[in-house]
Amino acid sequence: MATGVAAWLPFARAAAIGWMPVANCPMPVAPRDNSKRQDELIILNVSGRRFQTWRTTLDRYPDTLLGSSEKDFFYNEETKEYFFDRDPDAFRSILNFYRTGKLHYPRHECISAYDEELTFFGIIPEIIGDCCYEEYKDRKRENLERLQDDQEENKDMKMPNMNFRETMWRAFENPHTSTMALVFYYVTGFFIAISVITNVVETVPCGSTANQKDMPCGERYTVAFFCMDTACVMIFTVEYLMRLFAAPSRYRFMRSVMSIIDVVAILPYYIGLVMTNNEDVSGAFVTLRVFRVFRIFKFSRHSQGLRILGYTLKSCASELGFLLFSLTMAIIIFATVMFYAEKGSSSSKFTSIPASFWYTIVTMTTLGYGDMVPKTIAGKIFGSICSLSGVLVIALPVPVIVSNFSRIYHQNQRADKRRAQKKARLARIRIAKSGSANAFLQSKRNGLLNELLELTGTEEDEQKLTKSTSLLESQHHHLLHCLEKTTAHEFVDEQMYEQNCLETALQTYPSRSPSISSHDSSVGTCCGRRVKRNTPLPNASTPSAHPIPTHQGPLQELSAIHIQCGDPPSHSTSRSNLNLKTDDSGRINCKGGRITTAIISLPTPPALTPDGDGLHGPPQRRPPPPPGHPAVPSIQTTTSSAGTNIVKVSAL
Amino acid sequence: MSVMGATTLVQTELFQQLLDSDEGELSTVCYRPEGLDRLVQQTKFSKKELQVLYRGFKNECPSGVVNEETFKNIYSQFFPQGDSSMYAHFLFEAFDTHNNGSVSFEDFVISLSIILRGSITDKLNWAFNLYDLNKDGCITREEMTDIMHSIYDMMGKYTYPSMKDSAPMDHVDSFFQKMDKNNDGVVTIEEFLETCQKDENIMQSMHMFDNVI
Repeated sequence: MATGVAAWLPFARAAAIGWMPVANCPMPVAPRDNSKRQDELIILNVSGRRFQTWRTTLDRYPDTLLGSSEKDFFYNEETKEYFFDRDPDAFRSILNFYRTGKLHYPRHECISAYDEELTFFGIIPEIIGDCCYEEYKDRKRENLERLQDDQEENKDMKMPNMNFRETMWRAFENPHTSTMALVFYYVTGFFIAISVITNVVETVPCGSTANQKDMPCGERYTVAFFCMDTACVMIFTVEYLMRLFAAPSRYRFMRSVMSIIDVVAILPYYIGLVMTNNEDVSGAFVTLRVFRVFRIFKFSRHSQGLRILGYTLKSCASELGFLLFSLTMAIIIFATVMFYAEKGSSSSKFTSIPASFWYTIVTMTTLGYGDMVPKTIAGKIFGSICSLSGVLVIALPVPVIVSNFSRIYHQNQRADKRRAQKKARLARIRIAKSGSANAFLQSKRNGLLNELLELTGTEEDEQKLTKSTSLLESQHHHLLHCLEKTTAHEFVDEQMYEQNCLETALQTYPSRSPSISSHDSSVGTCCGRRVKRNTPLPNASTPSAHPIPTHQGPLQELSAIHIQCGDPPSHSTSRSNLNLKTDDSGRINCKGGRITTAIISLPTPPALTPDGDGLHGPPQRRPPPPPGHPAVPSIQTTTSSAGTNIVKVSAL
Repeated sequence: MSVMGATTLVQTELFQQLLDSDEGELSTVCYRPEGLDRLVQQTKFSKKELQVLYRGFKNECPSGVVNEETFKNIYSQFFPQGDSSMYAHFLFEAFDTHNNGSVSFEDFVISLSIILRGSITDKLNWAFNLYDLNKDGCITREEMTDIMHSIYDMMGKYTYPSMKDSAPMDHVDSFFQKMDKNNDGVVTIEEFLETCQKDENIMQSMHMFDNVI
């Protein structure tokens, strides 16, 4: 049933009285309204602002949130009101929809915010009233275009596994992607310029030699110009062929405007090569040279403004057509008038109507060369009318074209601006995200510290180091921790990761640094065994050898995290193991995996970051820790003699 | 709370506001009903019911009166399949007791009160009034035929079994057969009342209106 007329239902039902006496059979039983609810005031609390309305008002539109039983989910028993945690300003227009039956779009509201509100309350945007619908649709389209532009940016990203052809195409389309492309871009631009200048200079008269008349430079230095021309055409041909090769759809490429321009630019040369022998067509050959000027259009690949201009002209085709048509009409009219007006005059230049066209055009466009002037009075009168009307006729369609150009140009500017801003935005967003990942790593370390402290520490130390995390954070970290345990890998940040990469690279050298050996073994081992090493990672700052006191007390080292899969850890996090100097080779015998120990030395909070090592093996994890957590100490690898110090921990 | 109760709008006023009368633009007619208390006396609705009714009425028709177009519009929304305009027209004629081309809230609510809360006799009287198109006290065959056509039009094309063209006429015949006791070709109010009161079905169906509001 149509919405909004629910209020009239009693009337419609009452009007059925007209059927009763006529009906021959008994009527069905009417449904009873058992609720017998009196119309009551409903309080809608939207983020603190209270709206009140009758229940029947809301019931008018039963397929929306407020009109159906869905609002019961938001009912607050204590305060006996419906609470919605939404924007109260936007809610106003939504509630007014129930009241008046018309949905209006407030212009100051952001289009996507408004859309979201509508979706939340189950109202389809199509019922926006006519007064506001156009505005709404316009803004929505604008927004969509903007988003589409942003998406198209992503297409510029280098996709992995692009074959040579695709790379080439990308290089052609976006010269900024690689240096080679940029070089190519500038070289072709240079040669286009050279070619155009050559064509121009060819016709300039160079000083005469023995002959009387001036020869144009082209005929004087024929060979030089020919070589120049050949070179340019070579370049252009090569470029065209390369583009043709790289194009994803050759057929479409060949049909595109730019490629047609390319072809037209180089074709005259080849035709000229073929036709030099035949004298008859040399006239035609000369004409062909005119087409060489089309090379200048090749610049439109290099200039965005030119492209915009071309696009504008294309989009204003109807206005231009109108301009042309009206001009033609006016020209014909005035030419006829002038011709007949000047017919009487004796030496008039207005010999025929087509001859008068020239006068009319020159006058209407306010050029006024003066080669043809009316001599009779009537002619002069009509001539002045002609020039006045010319201004009008031309002035009318021009603003339309100008506004079109302006709109397209600004759109382009906006697109460029957005592109530039996007990078900065993304970088900032990434930093913010990294904050949360780092928080996890941070809390891991703190967690270990806490464990350690529980074992041994004093109260105050514990409190000092405990960073209070919110419940949300701790639950999130727990989740990440579970993932670590599941996959037998650990999260590290980017620095660690890279260092580990470096180290594994160094692995190949047979130094007996424990770290390296750990890498060796860690490759391909699946389960991590706790490698307890006394790692002296005292102050994370320098990798300089810091002779590790093997254990300076219980609090100093703690192998914290160990991931094991399979083999149960032979050591537990206990003090006794802290000093365990393990023989690496023996140790790392696991199947595959990572050795993961996080070693934390107390005195320096934030504690050491777990070094990542053993980056081989299934790296599956999640967002590679963002660059540069400020507190992250750089890798501590201290290698000292004979296996006393282990450095790191590999966390994945 | 009782917006209308508090305001004792004195007399019914009918005043015209002509906006831009030169261009013959909008002319809004604002009509205010009598006070709530008087309406309570005149109808069988309670104060609360009248309030609800007025709110709905005023919301749909802010100017305070319903014209035939609106009537037809509203009715057509309830019967999307057929053409309800004729029936709506007849209804409008029946509601418009003052015959001034518009139905005010009072007309509306008084008629509603009769239909929904009135006695059986009142209801039947009202129905007779609806059928009697020229209000001359008797229903002729032509009038009945028009009414019947309008009712059948509301059904639309897609019915089961499919509508025969003669269906309304047959129905009119059966109606007259039932009602017209003295076979004079018209049905008077007495014949109508008498027949209806004897008919079980009709009596039964009259009770259907008890719970509409």
